[in-house]
Amino acid sequence: MPELPLVALAGNPNVGKTSIFNRLTGGSQKVGNYPGITVERHSGKLRLPSGGEAVITDVPGTYSLSARSAEEQLASLAVVGLPPLERPDLVVVVVDATQLLRNLYLALQVVETGVPTVVALSMTDLLARSGQRVDVERLAAELGTPVVPVSGLSGAGTDELLKTVGQVLAGERPAPGPAPWTSGPSLEEDLDAVGAVLPPHWANGSPRRQRALACWALLSVDEDDELQGVPDELRERVHARRAHASTTERDIEAEIIRARYGWIDEHGATALVDASPAKPSATARLDSVLLHPVAGFGLFLLLMGLVFQSLFSWSDPAIGWIEGVFAWLSDGVVAVMPEGLLRDFITEGLVAGVGGVVVFLPQILLLFFFIGLMEDCGYMARVAFLMDRIMKAIGLHGRAFVPMMSGFACAVPAILATRTMERRRDRMVTMMVVPLMSCSARLPVYTLLIAALFDTEATFLGFLPVQSSLMVAMYVFSTLVALAAAAVLGRTLFKGPRVPLILELPPYRMPQLGSVVRMMLSRGGIFLRQAGGVILVCTIALWALLSFPGNPELETDYAQLEATATATLSGAELDAELERIGSERSRDVLRNSYGGRMGRTFEPVIEPLGFDWKIGVGLIGAFAAREVFVSTMGVVYGVSDDVDEESESLRESLRREEWPDGSAVYTPLVGLSLMVFIALACQCMSTLAAVYRETSSWRWPLFLFAYMTALAWLASLVVYQGGRWLGFD
Amino acid sequence: MTRLSDLPAGSRASLVEVGGERSFRRRLMELGLLPGTPLALVRRVDVGDLIEVEVRGCHLSLRRSDARHVVVDGERG
Repeated sequence: MPELPLVALAGNPNVGKTSIFNRLTGGSQKVGNYPGITVERHSGKLRLPSGGEAVITDVPGTYSLSARSAEEQLASLAVVGLPPLERPDLVVVVVDATQLLRNLYLALQVVETGVPTVVALSMTDLLARSGQRVDVERLAAELGTPVVPVSGLSGAGTDELLKTVGQVLAGERPAPGPAPWTSGPSLEEDLDAVGAVLPPHWANGSPRRQRALACWALLSVDEDDELQGVPDELRERVHARRAHASTTERDIEAEIIRARYGWIDEHGATALVDASPAKPSATARLDSVLLHPVAGFGLFLLLMGLVFQSLFSWSDPAIGWIEGVFAWLSDGVVAVMPEGLLRDFITEGLVAGVGGVVVFLPQILLLFFFIGLMEDCGYMARVAFLMDRIMKAIGLHGRAFVPMMSGFACAVPAILATRTMERRRDRMVTMMVVPLMSCSARLPVYTLLIAALFDTEATFLGFLPVQSSLMVAMYVFSTLVALAAAAVLGRTLFKGPRVPLILELPPYRMPQLGSVVRMMLSRGGIFLRQAGGVILVCTIALWALLSFPGNPELETDYAQLEATATATLSGAELDAELERIGSERSRDVLRNSYGGRMGRTFEPVIEPLGFDWKIGVGLIGAFAAREVFVSTMGVVYGVSDDVDEESESLRESLRREEWPDGSAVYTPLVGLSLMVFIALACQCMSTLAAVYRETSSWRWPLFLFAYMTALAWLASLVVYQGGRWLGFD
Repeated sequence: MTRLSDLPAGSRASLVEVGGERSFRRRLMELGLLPGTPLALVRRVDVGDLIEVEVRGCHLSLRRSDARHVVVDGERG
């Protein structure tokens, strides 16, 4: 079977590329990654009217093919078709009619490479509203390529675009290309000199392609760029030409860019026709409110409040429902299977593991629904604008704000949300600090400890209730640590050249529910496929850690105890006795398990923090998910199986627990130390799985785990030992 | 001649020169901010550090500290 022709879809950011992609492919698409870097690559199939098929892949949105980072370089590699990417047979460039001239800058670069090109002209309806229109035939004649007006919103023009793509692929549409531009003999000399040292397979024998790639190299190569696969000889030649040019006060980059814009002003601008005088746009009026220093901030905070309220509370029924379904499944297995290891494996390993993956979906879907809406209507750029001041102080971009805030609900969707940032460095710093934000899974642990160890009536300074002040303090504390960690990591490990912020504020438009929902589902799918497997495996491993090795001697003892109880007691007394035996048994199994032994081995390490081995076991169990800490503590203390943070008997057991010398284990100081530990430690394998998924490397999840655990240990040590030194006990 | 960062909100000017780091200069020029290009300063956010510029029908925002490197010929308005 011959290979299908490859079509690449390129365009500036915010031009409706995604909805045109969806229109062309009929919504069916595969989401993968570009090799080596986690930049999403969508691909799908085109059904051409002529009966043939083609594969279409999207190119990351960009204003220009020239690049500085490896991510930016992807766009040029995808259009030109240099390794590791395949060479496209045709490029569709989406051009936003309302920003025609700036968009033509990219289109011109694509056409210059000589690749067969079709321009898809979008947003013509919006342009008409401002009283202008584009002369399509004129534009096609100037660019020397077919131009097809399309609307991602209504789908108009999709068939015509497909037909044109088919014709160009079949070689039925001659494309002479644009009239050449130049800025004089000196620049041509530079281009020839650089073109001569391009690797032969780059230019592939085409003088037009060679010239375009020479332009690319002269605009992209820099002393500190992160470009990949650029031969040293080419780098040296670029630097040499630049140095040579500067001796005669020439600036090669400015010459190329000015010459291109010169072409655009001379040829492209003639296609823009003024039909009637422009009216003030709705965007300007909206921005005067939404970017207002007071009103804009207020509205933004209100909106964020709504989003996070929904992450906490709207997702709750769905989470409860999912938990219910898995509890029901687990009960069903218990009902039909004989007691034993296999049953435990299925209920506590398999069902709990799958349930632990699916339970994240409501929050992930909700968060991505909101992010999708904000991106689609153009508000996300305003968020970055409003938040830039605050985020800049810690060395981050305004866009990091939404993922950081989402961390309060759950780190997993928040980590997936870091994709809205373009720079890898920003994404990495954000990803590394998001797990420090106090997520909703820490809440039950705080609740248990605060309720068990601090008096309901107690107040600070006579009026602040201790319990709720402590809760607020934990949130403030974790936020401050996260901000500080971002500042530190950004200045050390992820130190990079300071990149000036250039933020486009695109016009507002109606969000398209279809594409928002599609993106939401695709993110949910990615999470299930890629992080889900890791979470499942870890849950099973943890179950094994806390259940093995079994102890046959103990088992017979308990069987005997149960038999005696059944023989001598009846009714409620029997139930109570059986429950007591059951919980004692789970405690012994846990104590004897590898996890229990680890807890005891670790005791010397955590003793300076005021923790005993039982807390150690709880912390190991909490790694599956922090809320598991509460139920593991229930098992360790031999309270019945179903405990939650409101459980009075568990609180009682905590208060009664003593060291061998008879002093209480849980003093308020230990509680505080434990809460600080829980707040800072990375006890969440789902988070680690998500980081692994986003960075495609185990290095970063390991680093995250190590630094957060070290931070937690140190902070707890300071709290506990400092508290003792100050005389609290 | 004045700096873009010093223009009052609502004023129009014509761009004279983009300075600063090479990548910053290149990116602004590629967005169409070339010598002679007319631009308008739409908004300054003084509690923040940002300015919003309209150029070639497109709205961009820059940090004031970066906009210092952009020289314009301003006519008050």
